[in-house]
Amino acid sequence: MRFIFPRALLLAIGLLAILAVPAARADEPFIIVASTSSTQNSGLFDHILPLFHEASGIEVRVLAIGTGQAVRLAQNGDADILFVHHKPSEEKFVADGFGVRRYAVMYNEFVIVGPAADPAGIAGMTGAAEALARIAEREAPFVSRGDDSGTHKRELALWRAAGVDIAASSGSWYREAGSGMGATLNIAAAMAAYALADSGTWLNFHNRQGLEALLGGDPILFNPYGVILVDKDKHPHVKSALGQRFIDWLISPEGQAAIDSFTIGGERAFTADAPADIVAPGQKQSE
Amino acid sequence: MMSADAPTILPLELNAVSLTLGDKRLIKDISCTLEAPQITIIIGPNGAGKSLLLRLCHGLLQPSAGAIDWRGAAGRNPSPHQAMVFQRPVLLRRSVQANIDFALSLRKVPRRRRRALIEEALTRAGLKRFAKSSARLLSFGEQQRLALARSWALRPQVLFLDEPTASIDPAATHVIEEVILAMREEGTKIIMSTHDLGQARRLADEVLFLHRGRLKEKSDAAAFFAAPKNDLAQAFLRGELLWWQRRELTPP
Amino acid sequence: MTDFGAAISTAFALVANLDSDLSEVVALSLQVSLSAVLIASIIGLPVGAALALFRFPGRTFLVIVLNAFMGLPPVVIGLIVYLLLSRAGPFGVLGLLFTPTAMIIAQVLLITPLIAALARQVMETLWLEYEEQLRSLGSTPLRSLGVLLRDGRYSLVTAVLAGFGRAIAEVGAVMIVGGNIDHVTRVMTTSIALEVSKGNLALALGLGIILVILSVLVNGLVYVLRGIHRQGVTP
Repeated sequence: MRFIFPRALLLAIGLLAILAVPAARADEPFIIVASTSSTQNSGLFDHILPLFHEASGIEVRVLAIGTGQAVRLAQNGDADILFVHHKPSEEKFVADGFGVRRYAVMYNEFVIVGPAADPAGIAGMTGAAEALARIAEREAPFVSRGDDSGTHKRELALWRAAGVDIAASSGSWYREAGSGMGATLNIAAAMAAYALADSGTWLNFHNRQGLEALLGGDPILFNPYGVILVDKDKHPHVKSALGQRFIDWLISPEGQAAIDSFTIGGERAFTADAPADIVAPGQKQSE
Repeated sequence: MMSADAPTILPLELNAVSLTLGDKRLIKDISCTLEAPQITIIIGPNGAGKSLLLRLCHGLLQPSAGAIDWRGAAGRNPSPHQAMVFQRPVLLRRSVQANIDFALSLRKVPRRRRRALIEEALTRAGLKRFAKSSARLLSFGEQQRLALARSWALRPQVLFLDEPTASIDPAATHVIEEVILAMREEGTKIIMSTHDLGQARRLADEVLFLHRGRLKEKSDAAAFFAAPKNDLAQAFLRGELLWWQRRELTPP
Repeated sequence: MTDFGAAISTAFALVANLDSDLSEVVALSLQVSLSAVLIASIIGLPVGAALALFRFPGRTFLVIVLNAFMGLPPVVIGLIVYLLLSRAGPFGVLGLLFTPTAMIIAQVLLITPLIAALARQVMETLWLEYEEQLRSLGSTPLRSLGVLLRDGRYSLVTAVLAGFGRAIAEVGAVMIVGGNIDHVTRVMTTSIALEVSKGNLALALGLGIILVILSVLVNGLVYVLRGIHRQGVTP
């Protein structure tokens, strides 16, 4: 009987598929954290997660998506931890019974970036809302995330503060990219347009071309990150013990120091701000 | 598989058989009986319906009207006792011997008996040296010889051949005719279409003359070639082009 | 463009250093897509052959649906699989979301229609040639199906390779159901998407070049295997 080719091919594919399996990973405990692209793209997780893993033996699997998507995912029970930056959404998440409790972890700020030529002339201004009003007035090109992310929600709040009805201008000088932070910055760079970015992603963004950070420091641009354990009562499969250990570590002095020690190009990217007096329930038990 | 005292499926009886495809009546009201063990040759000009009649008899097509019955003792299940060789040989993409082996396996011939049958058939068709070659690499004439060898290995009671030598050279035609005659010697009923009158003369025991879907004449070969009764058949034998029609003999 | 030069040198540097992260990502890409191709072929090839062979009510509709599904966006497939595998979905209890298994499931759904539709076209041509002969020999429909698959094998390889090409190149489905988790579900295409979003265009393009090379290697390997086998038929 001659060897049949498709059988041989299927066999070969099967063998390859098996051989291609990466060396079996130790069966470590792991948790899934639904987070935003800013924490991942800035490189923060690459910096702090190995430290947590060393301390706890727990592997953290990060989904870097927009805040809106992350919240929905956690609501479906597809993550153990929500780690995002839109306080109203986070508080609603807890109030609706999906999350146990919100812990403040760290903050950075948003920056308005734009072309070095600065056609709207916002460099040197101190108020972010005034700067956006100026951009709207000059109809200078502006690229929005347009993806229901934390940054997008903040940007919409800023337009409201500036008294600009931005929906009316969508499609003309105001462009909604419907993309992540990095993709939005790529578009802004290519179009020489303004955009609102979180400072973490901005600092670690390499394709700036002519873009510069033109405005920051306004308190209205404060960008706090919160972490929430998904409630076991809503989703019984949630790994609450492991998840709580991650939260406990994040707000512990070691975790806070790890966040503070993360720099991009010499600049601190996030500032830890967990209240020092807080004592997490998990911490008590472990001591 | 046939053995000397196996029940036969013959005779084959056609009763008012018609075939309509779309709005065209291609076979019109054919009735006849075909008996063992002669060679029956179906002749007629192109488009007469020779191939369709063979396919109807073999069961590849179902008649639109009329009935086709195998009246022999084994006639209830005629399919395993028939084989067919087509105008264009259809060979599987595997070796020459595997092609025959496949056909034998479909007829549930035990594996241990297949080897001898394959060898005998290939020897008869002069293809023994190609046994392990890929069937698709054979020449057209060799492929047709293989198709015939495959049918022969099945030892059918009835073998249909649809213009088997229409597009092959005289040498290959000669081998094929030899095999056909040998099969008749062993008791196989041959039903074959051709438009090669020379071939019909060489092989036929009985002739069916078809014209425009109608059976015009069914005669003993010797009588037919000596003097066909039908005037269209006379013209056909004279080598005339049968483009004309006698209105009175072709009812609507 | 300086990016292209940088990309090519980046690609070479990545390969030369055989970075362990890179080899992990490449291995996972191959594992996921090859597994998906294997499963999709086992399902799609017989389905395609059966559609060529059998006439049954609703067949035309099925063929049209199959052809339409060839062009279904991976993101849609990803979304469907996400909804199915989500904890809130019907198969949530299995806990498969954000694992390579989920990615394989999504890719199987993505490429099975493609493989089946291409197989049907190949098989239909072949069946046209074989039908009368096989019926004459008394072949059962199931046996005929086997013969078609076997004899159409060289053409079917093309269908399988097309499936592999679509699987290894797609990003939308694996991004949604895999989550692009580092060391767990990160494959070539999601890595590329990630590097683009970081603005590391040269690195992203470098990874793209490696992906292309990988694809060429797999196709070349199959071509060589096929050549060796073809020669093997004739003594």
